[in-house]
Amino acid sequence: MRDPDRKARKKPLVSRKKRENQRREFLRSSALAAGVVTVSLMGFFPVFQNASAKLRPPGALKNLLDEQEFYASCIKCGQCVQVCPVNAIKLADLDEGMGIGIPYIDAREQACDFSCDGLQCVLACPTGALTHDLDYPADTRMGYARLARPKACLAAQGLGFKGVARGPDFKGLLRYDDIDRWNPIAVADHAYDLELCDLCVRQCPIEIRIAQCAEKEKEMAAAPSPLARVAEQHGNECPPRHAIELRAIESDDGVRRMQPVLMEGCVGCGVCEMICPVESAAIVVDFDKDTDSVNG
Amino acid sequence: MNYIKESLLQVFGSKPTRPHKDDQPEQLKAIYQSKKGMLSKADLEAARDEHEHKHTWLWRRWITLVLVNMLFVVSFTFDIQILEGSLTASRFVGFHMADLNSALQVMLAYKHIVLNLVIGTVTVFLIWLLLGGRTFCSWVCPYHLLAEWAEYLHLWLVKKKIIRNHTFHRKTRSVFYVIFALLALISGYTVFESISPTGILSRALIYGPGVALIWVGILLLFEVFVSRRAWCRYVCPIGVTYAVVGVASPVRVTYNAEACHHEGDCRKICEVPHVLDLTIRGAAHDINQDVSADCTRCGMCVDICPTSSLNFKVKGLDKFR
Repeated sequence: MRDPDRKARKKPLVSRKKRENQRREFLRSSALAAGVVTVSLMGFFPVFQNASAKLRPPGALKNLLDEQEFYASCIKCGQCVQVCPVNAIKLADLDEGMGIGIPYIDAREQACDFSCDGLQCVLACPTGALTHDLDYPADTRMGYARLARPKACLAAQGLGFKGVARGPDFKGLLRYDDIDRWNPIAVADHAYDLELCDLCVRQCPIEIRIAQCAEKEKEMAAAPSPLARVAEQHGNECPPRHAIELRAIESDDGVRRMQPVLMEGCVGCGVCEMICPVESAAIVVDFDKDTDSVNG
Repeated sequence: MNYIKESLLQVFGSKPTRPHKDDQPEQLKAIYQSKKGMLSKADLEAARDEHEHKHTWLWRRWITLVLVNMLFVVSFTFDIQILEGSLTASRFVGFHMADLNSALQVMLAYKHIVLNLVIGTVTVFLIWLLLGGRTFCSWVCPYHLLAEWAEYLHLWLVKKKIIRNHTFHRKTRSVFYVIFALLALISGYTVFESISPTGILSRALIYGPGVALIWVGILLLFEVFVSRRAWCRYVCPIGVTYAVVGVASPVRVTYNAEACHHEGDCRKICEVPHVLDLTIRGAAHDINQDVSADCTRCGMCVDICPTSSLNFKVKGLDKFR
């Protein structure tokens, strides 16, 4: 059936014009490939300059400033954003280069206050970029707080604080257990009247939890009830170490003044930075440190 | 078997194979022969008038695309938790779903097998295996819809002779596919995800707009003024991934050569016109032939065909519609 000369006959006579068009198409295609790949590689600039490093949600697969594994494993879907009860998690934009779509936390605007108790973002993460290795807030290593401006600290000046912590326009949320155990409320709706400002200690989620545990232990000792034990087992183990306290420290002029001191239990959640009433915050969270790197 | 081979060749950028006359069945040759001198312009106009160009599939598709994307938006905005996440990965009433290409990029960069990701990937793989692979592109991808609108503008400008369309070689897309896979593997970063307009748009819709939309705008401008549907045709690896899934899918567009006028209305509106080369006179391998898996199943050719020679079919089921 087949024509034996078929191949020879079919060989097309490519005209010069067609060849020229093919050549141009090849050049155009190469330029397109080079262009798109170059644009995609530009995303490495902010990453290699560490300009894109940020405070990450609990459990982020990173080692201080080395965030490569976190970038690799995150599928950029934002499910962590969706479950956070205080909307602490945001997704990075184009200026973060390779980090586009990766979750971060701006602690001063809205810190993670663990009001979900169970680390919902970790549970929501489909890829383990927020590693499931941790069970409780005290297990997280987001960063480590630091008294960056001791002179601005109200406590260090011996000052109290009266009013709403961040002004009436502040949008941030925080859980106040004594007001509503389940729903965080606006910081702007909660006025304080303190003789000595201790907001960073008072609102520290780790410290609050430790106090609750101590209370519960007392209750249990008084009247052991099985109900309390069930609550205990549900997602909020007692933090083993303190995170922050006000301590009397002698300053240069020889006067002993109170000052927040960070301790081993600090997980870097950023609530102290958010609640600090001075502008800009006297206490901040370093995301390139954690309690293991600071305290060994 | 031939369908799979032909599909893969086309997906990776080869020209559709033209059958030699000797290889075509006698009946098909007879059909081509009988049309000699019969396909006058008047006949074609009559067929077009009779057919009446409806936009049935266009509207079905646009409505589906908008509904799927709005379900993401509504689920988050009103916290109804039906479809949480975005197009790269999500949970549909609790079941994990992961975009195949995003999951591939993550696995290449991360080099770990994560169970939830595997569950999500398998689920989505099965869905698109049933629904037609690149069906994702035209029925779900938000960039596709914007690109379609940009395409109208592009075609208008070309018609007015204000601009000229520039084509690229279709193998460029395969080159991109390999480059982005290697970049993820070697660098350990999901490089493609940082420029994927699908992910950027999906997140912008759900979590609010950002600077990244500028990149999407640049792509659209490029498609309007330089090259028709350039991103989908010559770049996007998502399309390649889903096209490979579509090779084994029963949902296809099928062509019947009997009544075809070979006038090429279908090829003019098609996003991937090479898949419709079989409608060129003398180019079909058989009287009935399925359009290759690079087809996005958008249904525009089914809508426009004046002789109803192109139809959807589900392999194994009778033709529907």
